[in-house]
Amino acid sequence: MPTVIEMKGISKSFPGIKANDNISLSVEQGEIHVLLGENGAGKSTLMNILYGLYNPDEGQILVKEKPVVISNPNVAIELGIGMVHQHFMLVQPFTVAENIVLGSEPSKGITLDMNKAIKDVEEISKKYELKVDPNSKIQDISVGMQQRVEILKTLYRGAEILILDEPTAVLTPQEIEELGIIMKSLVSQGKTIILITHKLKEVMAMSDRVTIIRRGKVIDTLNTKNTDIDELAEKMVGRKVNLTVDKKESKAGTPVLEVKGLKALDNRDLEAVKGVSFEVNGGEILGIAGVDGNGQHELIEAITGLRKIQAGEVLINGKEITSKPPRDIISSGVAHIPEDRHKRGLVLDFPLYENSILGNHRAKTFSKHKFSLNYPKIREHARRLIKEFDVRTPNEKVKARALSGGNQQKLIIAREIDRDPYLCIAAQPTRGLDVGAIEFVHKRLIEQRDSGKAVLLISLELDEVMSLSDRIAVMYDGKIVGVIDAKDATEKKLGILMAGGEAQHEE
Amino acid sequence: MDLQKINVQKSERKENLDNLIKQLAYPLIAIITSFVVGGLLVAAFGSNPIVAYSAMLRGSLGDITSIGETLVITTYLILTGLSIAFGFRCGLFNIGAEGQFVMGAITAVWIGWGLKGLPPFLHVTLTLVGGALAGGFWGGFVGWLKARLGSHEVINGIMMNYIAVQLSNFWVRTSLNQDGKAFSVEIADSAKLWRFSETFSVFSKTRLSGGLFVAILVALVAYYVLNKTQKGFEIRAVGFNQHAAEYGGINVKNNIILAMFSAGLFAGLAGAIMTSAMQYRVNQLMGFTGFGMDGIAVALVGNNHPIGVIISALLFGILQKGGPMMQIEGIAKEVVFIVQGILILFVAANFVRIMHDKYKINKELKNSLNKREGK
Ligand SMILES: Nc1ncnc2c1ncn2[C@@H]1O[C@H](COP(=O)(O)OP(=O)(O)OP(=O)(O)O)[C@@H](O)[C@H]1O
Ligand SMILES: [Mg+2]
Repeated sequence: MPTVIEMKGISKSFPGIKANDNISLSVEQGEIHVLLGENGAGKSTLMNILYGLYNPDEGQILVKEKPVVISNPNVAIELGIGMVHQHFMLVQPFTVAENIVLGSEPSKGITLDMNKAIKDVEEISKKYELKVDPNSKIQDISVGMQQRVEILKTLYRGAEILILDEPTAVLTPQEIEELGIIMKSLVSQGKTIILITHKLKEVMAMSDRVTIIRRGKVIDTLNTKNTDIDELAEKMVGRKVNLTVDKKESKAGTPVLEVKGLKALDNRDLEAVKGVSFEVNGGEILGIAGVDGNGQHELIEAITGLRKIQAGEVLINGKEITSKPPRDIISSGVAHIPEDRHKRGLVLDFPLYENSILGNHRAKTFSKHKFSLNYPKIREHARRLIKEFDVRTPNEKVKARALSGGNQQKLIIAREIDRDPYLCIAAQPTRGLDVGAIEFVHKRLIEQRDSGKAVLLISLELDEVMSLSDRIAVMYDGKIVGVIDAKDATEKKLGILMAGGEAQHEE
Repeated sequence: MDLQKINVQKSERKENLDNLIKQLAYPLIAIITSFVVGGLLVAAFGSNPIVAYSAMLRGSLGDITSIGETLVITTYLILTGLSIAFGFRCGLFNIGAEGQFVMGAITAVWIGWGLKGLPPFLHVTLTLVGGALAGGFWGGFVGWLKARLGSHEVINGIMMNYIAVQLSNFWVRTSLNQDGKAFSVEIADSAKLWRFSETFSVFSKTRLSGGLFVAILVALVAYYVLNKTQKGFEIRAVGFNQHAAEYGGINVKNNIILAMFSAGLFAGLAGAIMTSAMQYRVNQLMGFTGFGMDGIAVALVGNNHPIGVIISALLFGILQKGGPMMQIEGIAKEVVFIVQGILILFVAANFVRIMHDKYKINKELKNSLNKREGK
């Protein structure tokens, strides 16, 4: 197989950190090549260099054995390189077709030839089994669909080499499977894919070769069929990683969170939570399993005061918090690791130390003469969180925007768990984290439980729900269709419930 | 406190200073460049840039009187610039500063003329505070419309500007009219703000007043509130990301109203100072005063930072006061606008930084090209 991409001795520094340190990578025509590495290892940076978003400090790039200088993404596109980012860049109120042609509009005289665009999009979509409807609006389609639109967009511009930066982090298991099929179809028609992912199972299932990066350096390149998950994890983190969760028997106490007959609408004013009741006790982790879009998102927002409650009540430690503003809910001891870190979890343009007190900024410990903030103390607090939760950053003064995706997530988790709440609501807490960090976060959540706190876990990953939870509630079509003891849970049992089937009688 | 902590704080302080210098360096270079480019333009129109600029400096800083009048303009611009900047920091475009300014000015006439027999200190204070509050409500109403109904602050702000001018003119023609003239009654002596000329005879020909100190003080307070307090934290959080702010227990709507109210306070205060210290009355307006609009440019060049706003207000004061003198020297006054335009372009669009980055990238490119050829 000919080599299509060759990166030689690439180095790139940001203030205070060497993100890429003499990295060499070669990618062959028609392969799926995975980049694996810890959060902040420098994967996105390396790919941003290849896509022309950053200029390397040193090193050179060869495309199809010809040396090139990729000074901006237009050059990359001309060379047949396309990239789908960790965080999408679509224009929400536009249609799929409009988004795809944005920036390379086919023109008919001076007007935009939208019909041709729609036809083109349909054609490509069919060719690679993307099943995208060119006429729907971005805001109305699922995240998985949006991602396909991003892929289509690169193909529309003639990409031969596709870079996918953590495409599966935001997808449901079903969508991941479909993405696998799409990728196979792409390579079978001659495309080359560079894939970044933290999910080792996917690496094993989808890739031909893996390059492992740690702290900006290449550790090794392996053939997937000659390796296994444990070896990958160890090479990536630099130590043995415990991929299973150890936990003691739970000592469940009294209810901390009680939800009774809760109803809430979604963004389109349709009922999304249709009368949900459950409770989470102190000293236990209640996991909510379910296919994405069955009301989990709206349920959490309703509990945390971010969405209007239509009916029902919510109690914390027996005290009613229904329809209270988020501020009151926070101060009654609820921490919330939100699903969408860029939308909710962080003010990206704030430095880390200001982000480290978001939601907690009225706490006495951080204030000075009542209304002022005690910034030296806040910085110290941030430094401690960074150290304790191993957030990889040069210091606490950089903007949250400058952190790698996984490290942004670690900062949020640090802030929320450190608050030592009565109830910790963790929505997709390990999305985008490397295996080492996942192990750490799981440990911290179990620590919370063991110290008598209540944890409500929402995750699309069955593995995570099954290994962390003490009880599992399955959500389907806005309702809780069954609560089962985690000891009795099997993937099959949950699968049936998640698909709207009946629970077996034994419970 | 142990030594290590002190060291950390020291290095933090040094870093802060470094940052400040960096923040100032780019605008400073931009200012110099825009004067150079402006000069080239003047030359291209066949005039002598040195004559032009020296006329401008003479007109604005040539003697105590012109310095005084330059600082009069600066006083207004600090406050209207602050008004716009404060809004920006909460993600709002307070185009209504103009109307808030007018409301502040006319309300100051009401209070300054209407109340009688008060001790001067109290009367002046009431006049300024009343004018500021009038501006505050004018702005706060736009904020309220935005928060409650979601209607855009620019559209409502423009509307409120027209209403303010009409309302002010209505009062100037009716209740506050002075003998059928095109201006209002004069405020009482007890409502007049201290002028430099009252104490220092060198300032006898200028209207420069204590308003300058009020403006600077207000800017410093605004800086503190924005950057060091809980409220400032909330306002900035709302400005950057409303969803995250909401998640963090911050009441987005209240902060929008509060930010617009504060922005209005500043612009209203500027108007009140015009009444209480410079004009002692309000004239019939043919259009907008322009101070609100100039505030936009001042805020942009001042990088929406209260301290930056003070400096940029001074700069614009010099440009505006020096303009007429250039005209006397036979140079089109449009040159002043051109320099202003270039200034905004350079500073606000971060032109220098972008050029600097481009240069660095080009250098890198050349380096890597050279390396490759060497191979
Ligand atoms: N624009 C930037 N400015 C400053 N530092 C940056 C910037 N982009 C990345 N970094 C730093 O470079 C390092 C590598 O970041 P990068 O995003 O490449 O990591 P990653 O391997 O993609 O991690 P993740 O798996 O968490 O996405 C990180 O320490 C990050 O803080
Ligand atoms: Mg990344």
